[in-house]
Amino acid sequence: MINASLKQLSAALAEKKISSVELTQLYLDRIAALNPTLNAFVTLDAERSLAQAKAADAMLAAGHAQPLTGIPLAQKDIFCATGWRTTCGSKMLENFIAPYDAHVIQQFNQAGAVNLGKTNMDEFAMGSSNETSYFGAVRNPWNTNAVPGGSSGGAASAVAARLCAAATGTDTGGSIRQPAALCGISGIKPTYGTVSRYGMIAFASSLDQAGPMARSAEDCALMLNVMTGFDERDSTSLQREKEDYTRDLNQPLAGLRIGLPKEFFAAGLDNDVAECVQAAIAEYQKLGAVVVDISLPNSRLAVPVYYVLAPAEASSNLSRFDGVRYGYRAPDYTDLTDMYEKSRAQGFGAEVKRRIMIGTYVLSHGYYDAYYLQAQKIRRLIAQDFAAAFTQCDVIMGPTSPSTAFNLGEKGDDPVQMYLSDIYTIAVNLAGLPGMSIPAGFGKNGLPVGLQLIGDYFKEAQMLNAAHQYQQATDWHQRAPQHI
Amino acid sequence: MSLTTEDVRKVARLARLAMNEAEIDAARSQLSGIFELIAEMQAVDTRNIAPMSHAQDVSQRLRADVVTAQNEREAFQAIAPQVEAGLYLVPQVIE
Repeated sequence: MINASLKQLSAALAEKKISSVELTQLYLDRIAALNPTLNAFVTLDAERSLAQAKAADAMLAAGHAQPLTGIPLAQKDIFCATGWRTTCGSKMLENFIAPYDAHVIQQFNQAGAVNLGKTNMDEFAMGSSNETSYFGAVRNPWNTNAVPGGSSGGAASAVAARLCAAATGTDTGGSIRQPAALCGISGIKPTYGTVSRYGMIAFASSLDQAGPMARSAEDCALMLNVMTGFDERDSTSLQREKEDYTRDLNQPLAGLRIGLPKEFFAAGLDNDVAECVQAAIAEYQKLGAVVVDISLPNSRLAVPVYYVLAPAEASSNLSRFDGVRYGYRAPDYTDLTDMYEKSRAQGFGAEVKRRIMIGTYVLSHGYYDAYYLQAQKIRRLIAQDFAAAFTQCDVIMGPTSPSTAFNLGEKGDDPVQMYLSDIYTIAVNLAGLPGMSIPAGFGKNGLPVGLQLIGDYFKEAQMLNAAHQYQQATDWHQRAPQHI
Repeated sequence: MSLTTEDVRKVARLARLAMNEAEIDAARSQLSGIFELIAEMQAVDTRNIAPMSHAQDVSQRLRADVVTAQNEREAFQAIAPQVEAGLYLVPQVIE
């Protein structure tokens, strides 16, 4: 049952082979057994989960089931869910009980899905290893000395270890795709504006986008069907017709033009990762796809541009945490300013403070043009590179991350080294394009390698088709960690 | 580019983050490393390039000017650090 696809689970529930309560209990038991090792969940509430499962069973019995009714999912702890503690991985929100539901949570509730719990994450989604969480690092189920990636590391670890049927993540610079790659699962960040950001705690608002993390492209498509849709409460939510992301899964790939950016295969990429990616491309050619060499000349600037823009937006977004209306307040202070400064200094962790400082600096008087405006101009050059590339190809492919999962503590105190692990994912967020990672083999250390797919705006169905066809021809996505 | 201790102190003040001398020193060296990475941007010729502030070229949507939010003061104040009689309590700011 724990290896079943969402479609198979849905069928089992419909045919009464298992109830949602039984399925939920099965996952809760697995979480109880494995979470002490993996630390993938920060908050569990079995009573609440089982009550949702019971309600789902009633929906199923009444014949009102939708595709995800009764299916136990894990929610990243960045989404507000009424009555659930919502921490965003931070001491600042350690005791924050959300008074309302995020749009994504509402959509899953309406679909009758079960919330199994809230998954661990880098603090305020700032990190690539899940080591910045106030609630401790998450471990990679393939090797518990290795990181799961970040910031949606808890979600990736939980999906890989079969602690949930599927999960949600968010991606500002690679936070769905990089952990999906490092944990050997599938994850898609849709086009910016496709999933509402309402109730999703903000990091960098012009880049943040939620998406599913699951064990296959087909599961991602079913999750995306529920998560997407216009929401007037998010001013950047796009008014588009609701799509069925499963519609093209079974299309043949003959004639699909795959663009390979030479910049993604240059120095800095580990050999074993490159070999897996090249083998995946060869598999696509067997399936009828053709390969086109392309160039994204400005992509090397994505990391520096991102580390101006994302911290700038974060420094503004995180100014709301002042110890007045919600969140942590320091126990001792002398006046209002002292209260702000101490509450923020004690409530935020080192990486979050570092990014607030960068953002404050680049937005401060005298530096705005040189940093913020220059970064926004290069952001356009990066988006134009992609636009030019998509005149020559349908989907861009390359590695998701330059290496397989690194060990906990390995990147030490050097933030720049950590930032470079998102070198292939960040440009996609800057342009607002959809991006995906799927399992494509294993490195020499036995850890998973991810293949990245980048599509043009709103081409999620085509990307999911390409991913699904690859997963029909290979079985990398079905591999599970040993002893799990 | 390397930041001075005074730069870091000023930024910490603007960001409302209390920092002691050791923290300021550590931040100075780490931020300098990050600004070295960022400096790569400066050599790029961006004359005549319009800044891109957003992923989609769409204009801000407007809504009708009517009240839509309900009064949820109690729910919101239940999670506040300190409240009294429906008010948020902070240190005195006006003598």
